[in-house]
Amino acid sequence: MKLRIQNGRLIDPSQGIDAVTELFVDNQKIVAIGDAPEGFDDAEVVDASGQWVLPGLVDLAVSLREPGLTQKGNIATEGRAAVAGGVTTLVCAPDTRPIVDTPAVAALIQDKADDAGMANVFPLGALTQGLEGAQLSNMVALTDAGCVALSNHRHPMASTKVLVRALEYAATHDLLVVFHPDETSLSEGGCAHEGLVSTMHGLPGIPEEAETIALMRDLLLVQKTGVRAHFARLSCAKSVEMIADAKASGLDVTADVAVHNLLLNDQVLNRFDGHYHVLPPLRSDEDRLTLIEGIKAGVITAICSDHQPHEKMAKIAPFAATEPGMANIEILLPLAMQLTDEGDLDFLTLLTCLTSGPAACFGLEAGSLSVGSFADFILFDSTARWTWSSENRKTKGHNSPYLGEEFVGRVMATYISGQRVYQVV
Amino acid sequence: MMRSEPRALQLNEHGQLKHFLTLDGLDKTILTEILDRAESFLSMGEQSVKKVPLLRGKTVVNLFFENSTRTRTTFELAAKRLSADVINLNIETSATSKGESLLDTLKNLEAMQSDMFIVRHSDSGAAHFIAEHCTPNVAIINAGDGRHAHPTQAMLDMLTIRRHKGGFEGLKIAIVGDILHSRVARSQLQALTTLGVSDVRLVGPKTLVPSFFAEMGATICHDLEAGLKDVDVVVMLRLQKERMKGGLLPSESEFYRLYGLTEETLAWAKPDAIVMHPGPINRGVEISSEVADGKHSVILNQVTNGIAVRMAVMSMAMSGQLQSAESSVAGDDK
Amino acid sequence: MKLDLERSLAAMREQLASYCEKKKIEDAIVVGIHTGGVWVAEHLMSAVPTTEPLATLDITFYRDDFTKAGLNPKVNQTLLPAIEDRHVILVDDVLMSGRTIRAAMNEIFDFGRPASITLAILYDLGQHELPIAADIVGEQLTLNPDQRVKLTGPQPLGFSVINTD
Repeated sequence: MKLRIQNGRLIDPSQGIDAVTELFVDNQKIVAIGDAPEGFDDAEVVDASGQWVLPGLVDLAVSLREPGLTQKGNIATEGRAAVAGGVTTLVCAPDTRPIVDTPAVAALIQDKADDAGMANVFPLGALTQGLEGAQLSNMVALTDAGCVALSNHRHPMASTKVLVRALEYAATHDLLVVFHPDETSLSEGGCAHEGLVSTMHGLPGIPEEAETIALMRDLLLVQKTGVRAHFARLSCAKSVEMIADAKASGLDVTADVAVHNLLLNDQVLNRFDGHYHVLPPLRSDEDRLTLIEGIKAGVITAICSDHQPHEKMAKIAPFAATEPGMANIEILLPLAMQLTDEGDLDFLTLLTCLTSGPAACFGLEAGSLSVGSFADFILFDSTARWTWSSENRKTKGHNSPYLGEEFVGRVMATYISGQRVYQVV
Repeated sequence: MMRSEPRALQLNEHGQLKHFLTLDGLDKTILTEILDRAESFLSMGEQSVKKVPLLRGKTVVNLFFENSTRTRTTFELAAKRLSADVINLNIETSATSKGESLLDTLKNLEAMQSDMFIVRHSDSGAAHFIAEHCTPNVAIINAGDGRHAHPTQAMLDMLTIRRHKGGFEGLKIAIVGDILHSRVARSQLQALTTLGVSDVRLVGPKTLVPSFFAEMGATICHDLEAGLKDVDVVVMLRLQKERMKGGLLPSESEFYRLYGLTEETLAWAKPDAIVMHPGPINRGVEISSEVADGKHSVILNQVTNGIAVRMAVMSMAMSGQLQSAESSVAGDDK
Repeated sequence: MKLDLERSLAAMREQLASYCEKKKIEDAIVVGIHTGGVWVAEHLMSAVPTTEPLATLDITFYRDDFTKAGLNPKVNQTLLPAIEDRHVILVDDVLMSGRTIRAAMNEIFDFGRPASITLAILYDLGQHELPIAADIVGEQLTLNPDQRVKLTGPQPLGFSVINTD
């Protein structure tokens, strides 16, 4: 099927394009930008007047909750939420039940995702069996089954020795390892950034050293083992410096940050609202601003939703007893664009970190409108005002402090491989 | 979805208390009103008849998720002196289903048409959580939540200080011991700051006195002599035995050696200094028996004052709830 | 409107003395209700055959409108001697609905069972809402709905009728 997307403002940071032009799709792929190739006279026309035509978003951190945690969400609901948020490619976490430590589970997720016909789903495989940190997983088999990288998520390794072995083994087969730097002996029992706010409100703190000590250790081991490494969900100013230094010294590592760590600081915890309970925690404003600087400087090249849907009960408890995480994938782009409102980031940098940036971290063929790519794109109305509510939400999750809030900018339609999978009606 | 701040949550539209969750955000006028009212109940306690019908017909539930016989007893006595019916519930929580059991418990108690919950819970913000999720017209009194707040304890301490020192202006006050885990210290610091005490010293090793307290208006002292120098009031906090396990302290004896209050170390304070302790006391761990039972000690006065303060807070919150419910104009009562 | 306070107090003293004589009340406890009642009672002590000092009663905690009006911020002390089998002369400045007297009697009974209670009121405004009447009245007043009795004191004690709008 041929598609001709007309009159839209096409923005693709991967090619440096920002112009009102036409996009041509044939047989699932982008075949031209600008002038029509031959044979497009009878193509289906999509009028994108007043809208932006953007590459589909790439989200490196999504918990689909299936298999096993379907009271919180499932592949169909969260896939629908993803495309409603303009996410066409996503990487899902290994902490399902059962855990993604066998090819069967990895295959199951991808099959279900195919059936749902929503976003392209790439599972992360568990680095160790059961994420228990003791015995290495069948990394190669997992990779062959479609796992895009391996990670022990936020679960601790039994020892640094096991970690070294896991990294050496992954390096042997040139596999990508995703680190969530967290020294659990320091973060254990904590639920908030260790600082004035947590001290005042008596919330057990997580010191920034929980992240930076683990990060320093991980960087040393990456250097030693030569493993391909990605650092996920940085939250501290010092972490940005450390990644920058590692990159400067020639280490080929990448890093991402959750969008809420860029927008919020620990001041919001003064209401004891469990919706702001996330891991890593919302930290000081200095940390937040340094993370933004890290994006500007190219130290952090991906922004993710860190989408973690929960059932209602998970957040109905005193702060520390709530389960951590927010479910914001549906509002990822307008939420992230609040960063440009404040003048902190320019839109092109932001869009890069939501498209080609994350795709490059994981070597995914996504996040670009270049000729020959799969036609994953979105139509975005940058001036549309709308309210994201419990009623119109697509995610099964109830847990976002942004539910009920008005946003400027809305994904109006999402296309995957040239197929429209979502449209605002 | 935005939750209200504790300070907004606990006041009704007339600015009166309807819950008592924290001292954060309560101004000097309200704190003084609590103290004045407590004084009037205190004088009542000296009479042969110690009971008044203010809360007659009201049901007060002592909802203790963390066991504390002492605090529960003083709340119970306070409620009974206000003529309320009192139910005591001690609820063990399992770590896995804390939230669910808490909410379920609440729903059950609401169905019993209670009028006031006195809540103690090991999670910071638990009283606030309950106030938000309860049906309207139930007053929530925080009897201690995690490390966050213990406002009635702090107010009874304020009453004790005011009765012994006449006021708060110009006082020097030292709070000694495990500040990190202490909801009492946090609430005391807020009360003292609001009531105009500018010299509050938090004394203890770095493991027990996080530096962030300096940003809350306190002076941090790691040396007991510097901390006690010329103070009018010494507050000793209870040292939980389990603190030794987490590596926060080497031993009880080392703590006592460095921070224990004895007749010798108390001599650094003013000659007329008073010694307070929220109880229960660990004799020979944070305080010597001589000091605990000595002439500077006002520890038993604190207990007496505690009943009056709790009566004050309970009657104020109940009245604030009911007026929030029906904003009717009072007629001339003559 | 200016009230002749001295004349009313004198009338009360006279009534009180003859009342006590008639009822054979001796060694009564005079109880003034805070605040105005205490001030009035001070002026009646000379007419009562008693050796007891003036007792005082604060009925704040016994009011029936606590849930509506909230608590009076200033509570005075209740100072009552042992009341069991004693004659009580309860004094207040103004009697209107009778609710204050109801509260005062409840409080007195919490302290014991008196032999009798005699109610002495400076100004009876009528408008009773409860079956409570004064035994001794300084002056009957009839006020318009927008009028109130305002007291000042204790020294000099003064009462006047003011208009409220």
